[in-house]
Amino acid sequence: MSSGSWPLWEVFVRARRGLSHVHAGSLHAPDREMALRNARDVYTRRQEGVSIWVVASEDITASSPDERDSFFDPAADKVYRHPTFYDVPEDVEYL
Amino acid sequence: MYGNDFGQPGTTDPGAGAPPHPLNAAETPDYTDALAEYFDGLIEEDQRVEPRDAMPEAYRTTLIRQMAQHAHSEIIGMQPEANWITRAPSLRRKAILMAKVQDEAGHGLYLYSAAETLGVDRSELLDKLHSGRQKYSSIFNYPTLTWADAGAIGWLVDGAAIMNQVPLCRCSYGPYARAMVRVCKEESFHQRQGFEILWVLARGTEEQKAMAQDAANRWWWPALQMFGPPDTGEHASSGHTAQSMAWGIKRFSNDDLRQKFVDMTVPQAQKLGITLPDPDLAWNEERGHWDFGPIDWDEFWRVLKGDGPCNEQRIRTRVQAHEEGAWVREAAEAYAAKQAARHQPEAVA
Repeated sequence: MSSGSWPLWEVFVRARRGLSHVHAGSLHAPDREMALRNARDVYTRRQEGVSIWVVASEDITASSPDERDSFFDPAADKVYRHPTFYDVPEDVEYL
Repeated sequence: MYGNDFGQPGTTDPGAGAPPHPLNAAETPDYTDALAEYFDGLIEEDQRVEPRDAMPEAYRTTLIRQMAQHAHSEIIGMQPEANWITRAPSLRRKAILMAKVQDEAGHGLYLYSAAETLGVDRSELLDKLHSGRQKYSSIFNYPTLTWADAGAIGWLVDGAAIMNQVPLCRCSYGPYARAMVRVCKEESFHQRQGFEILWVLARGTEEQKAMAQDAANRWWWPALQMFGPPDTGEHASSGHTAQSMAWGIKRFSNDDLRQKFVDMTVPQAQKLGITLPDPDLAWNEERGHWDFGPIDWDEFWRVLKGDGPCNEQRIRTRVQAHEEGAWVREAAEAYAAKQAARHQPEAVA
């Protein structure tokens, strides 16, 4: 089997305790266990992380760049979701 | 509840009914010692505990209970304010209130997800809420009688919640701390919109001013109760504060947070031109804090245990929403099943 037909895995690395796992990149591997070990060797050679997740790329459903505007449009006209929208006197502390 | 945990002491007893001899290695003294060393080391170094770390069972159950109560408070907290959505005084206020109630639903979801990292299922937690086996913040058992209550909730209830939740961003359990970072970011709009509602009313007609004052009178004491019973003295409950602080779940005592809240809020009330319903409220030069009068803890426990003005209505509405929403969950599953069937490769005959 050539590496070309191995499934693609997305790699998420937690840099240190308390932080969430962040997408680092992807790699090919024949199964999840090997993907995890490869991810360690590819993405954490300099102790970039304390924990790794690998997720089969085909299991990720992503929004489409073409639809970006319409997809996120519902939030565009709701400026009142931000605290700066409100008129309160400037000299009130802790608001 | 809203970031606090005052489950009744003695309600969880993991040791009850346990067999005399451990059934697996994880229950042997050697394992317990090794776990304690590892876990205590993390806590001592103020490191975050993550879902796959070994942790004492009591830490896990405490966190599940606290996160569940917190999540329940968020979703029950949608009700008092939702009461005013159809009657908000302008389109602007209505859009804001809808956004806020929507945020509360979102906060509930963040917290149920965080609780699920400890191996519980949210349907289990909802069952416990619906059957009264888990609580939510007693504050939401009070009614919202006028529009000014929408303001008072944002200003006082969300103000108190922020005071409780900011230290939880540094809580020892990673998923809870990260959920709190999101929640706190979103809360600041809640507090400001509440203050703005009262700011406008306090500059309005005599009736509007009276409405703002009446709301502050009714919400002030329940807001102070949100921090939970005192940590010391005759009203101290044998609750979880000491253990939770040792575990880094809680960073400040109930009384410290309550004092901070009073110190923050009194000047804001002065700015609004609203009085707070406490004849003992006075600046104490020596302490550098505001003194305040005694809190009615009998009322607190009574309301928490079910005998508040709206307890029955809140749970009834929640259960009704859950049951009447069943068709939505079923429809989603039916749609997913249909899509899966449609995309299945043709079976080879």
